[in-house]
Amino acid sequence: MVEETVEEFKNANLYKGVHAVALEEFYTSGHRTCQGCESALVMRDFVKASGPRTVVTGATGCMYVANTSYMTTPWIVPWMHTQLAAGGASAVGMAAGLKALMRKGKIPKEKINVINFSGDLGAGDEGLGGLSGAMQSPYDLLVIVYDNESAANTDIQASGLTTWGAQTTFSPTGSVKRIMHERWKKNLAAMMAIGHPNVKYVATSCATFPPTDYMNKVKKALSIGGPTLIHTIDPCPKGWDYHPRYSHVLGELAIKTGIFADYEIVNGEVRYTYDLRNKKRTPVREYLEKQGRFSHFEDEDYDYVQAKVDEMWDEWELPGILPIKSGLKVKK
Amino acid sequence: MAVKMETKSVFDREELMTGTDAVAEAVKLVDVDVFAAYPIRPYTGVMDRLAKFIANGELDAEYIVADGEHSQFEIGKHASSVGARAFVGSSGTGWLYAMESIGVTATDRLPLVALVGNRALDDPGAFGVEHNDALLVRDLGWLIGWASTAQEALDTTLIAYRVAEDPTVRMPAAVAMDGGYLTHSQHMVRVPTKEAVRDFLPAYDLGNRRMHPDNPVSIAPQVNEDWVMEMRRQNYEASKRSRKVLYSAYEEYNEVFHSEYDNPFIEETNVEDADTVLVGMGSASVVARSVAREMRKEGKKVGFLKIRWYRPYPTDEIRKALSNASNVGIIERNFAMGAPDGGAITMQDLQSALYDAKNHPRVVDFIAGLGGREISKTEVRKMYEMTADKKSPKVSWIGLRE
Repeated sequence: MVEETVEEFKNANLYKGVHAVALEEFYTSGHRTCQGCESALVMRDFVKASGPRTVVTGATGCMYVANTSYMTTPWIVPWMHTQLAAGGASAVGMAAGLKALMRKGKIPKEKINVINFSGDLGAGDEGLGGLSGAMQSPYDLLVIVYDNESAANTDIQASGLTTWGAQTTFSPTGSVKRIMHERWKKNLAAMMAIGHPNVKYVATSCATFPPTDYMNKVKKALSIGGPTLIHTIDPCPKGWDYHPRYSHVLGELAIKTGIFADYEIVNGEVRYTYDLRNKKRTPVREYLEKQGRFSHFEDEDYDYVQAKVDEMWDEWELPGILPIKSGLKVKK
Repeated sequence: MAVKMETKSVFDREELMTGTDAVAEAVKLVDVDVFAAYPIRPYTGVMDRLAKFIANGELDAEYIVADGEHSQFEIGKHASSVGARAFVGSSGTGWLYAMESIGVTATDRLPLVALVGNRALDDPGAFGVEHNDALLVRDLGWLIGWASTAQEALDTTLIAYRVAEDPTVRMPAAVAMDGGYLTHSQHMVRVPTKEAVRDFLPAYDLGNRRMHPDNPVSIAPQVNEDWVMEMRRQNYEASKRSRKVLYSAYEEYNEVFHSEYDNPFIEETNVEDADTVLVGMGSASVVARSVAREMRKEGKKVGFLKIRWYRPYPTDEIRKALSNASNVGIIERNFAMGAPDGGAITMQDLQSALYDAKNHPRVVDFIAGLGGREISKTEVRKMYEMTADKKSPKVSWIGLRE
């Protein structure tokens, strides 16, 4: 792991270690998330990093339903619900409105952070078009995709970002068919980076590992300007079926096994936060077998996932990002 | 063609323009802060015109070309939530693609204004007018007004902002107009001055519901069965209050702009002493009105009742207007499959309104002009005659190929 302080982020006030993190909270009591909910930490930490001059929209998802019961809101900053597919558009609308009002002298000029959070189902499936629209927009905004790999407030259904083979209520294992979820996880962050060349900052992250990495990525995204995106992997005790005390362990394993590549793309330059190229990686099985959703896996299933992860790190042109095995080097 | 108006007038000029151009003029005059566009015929001329205003520096606003109608309407909704005056629009299936957003804009009580250039719903493809698109949202909490001329389109848009943004209302408003017949046909329009519009329309202020760091509120949290009923009731009360606000807005509009709107909701042509009345909205009103006048000259006691604001529904106004009529026919540019008596949408509302009225005229329904098919004077005359004839069927399709 490398913690670089590079020229473009010299004004981003990055945290140098956990002791430097602000104590003030802008996401506090009142939410009803589960014990060990890592997505709740994703909420708490982004708004800690962005500070009070922030407006937030939350797309429908578990972080809407569990987070914001009427009259017990945990949000200290202004927060508004938006529709499942409207994460990107909500940020565009708010950023455009604030920009116009400031330019026309209707409200004072200042930097107001505009942040939307959307889950994997919202951002990765239904809201993909709107997310693309936001990434093409000229506005300063950040979309955080909190990915707990399921529709976690509607009974744990598979999304396009669910790990291959996982049991969900839409992909239960049965007596004839063991593996029901046969879609390979979408490469969402990279899709946004590659498809929108003007976006200056796209990152993946895990809220607990490496420490402060996620909050610093939020700071970087907000300081660089234009539309930006951070995709976090969020272990979910309820959906992934493990004891809540192990969320941070699973987060760390998701990174160390390489099943979730941890990187930043800054002005088109790829920087691996946790570089597993040409390195010994923790076997994926150690990550998968700690989760009840893979309890139906047999050796061949572990082998299949391991082979796909190995292929990604050993053969992709840009591991985790570009699933092309050779470009101009192709042999005739 | 533009005729410059004398100085000190509340009008800047008089100009030949299409229905969508007239709405674009109104959107410019209200100094909109954000507008979002997505192409679909026939509403889209309004966005073409607004884009040109931006390109020419005539309007200072954020202009966003969205990735689809759902995003387009969400952009408008969220711009409105931070206190920006916003504008969107669509037609036909595009309007339906935005339906989820249309619903929440109403329940969020955000005064977004949208143009609906009425268009047939696919399939099969048809660019022409049908009113099903706008009528599909009639119960969601939008104010819906129908314009039948370009001047009325401009006026209705200015009034839509005024009523929608009123602190006692705060509901989104749709200005509907017939695709083709009004979106693309030109009329002479008196364009007000910016100053006069500023006098008529106060600055948009969302008050304590504005999304801004100085006003840290949580909007639209999860309430479930604990509070939804109370919130629906608030919406319902706002809808009821909007009636009064519409009356005062029109009164002031008449005063400032010397217009002659007798009633915000309905427009009567020889209705008072008529035995036979046709009811309709949109561009067919122009034809129906002219036929009513012609038939009057022939000594036939017919009248035409145009509905301008369909939501809130003009129950009292319609009861009063039809209190002397014996026969009522409705021109419907919409369909309602499986509805009572096989009648279309507006017949259901009109009959409901008359059920508790003192006078119970016979009501018949004419489904006509679907997909943009022309409703001719001959056909309208036939509708008047069929309405007067007690033996005519309850529902007739007019102009249908045999």
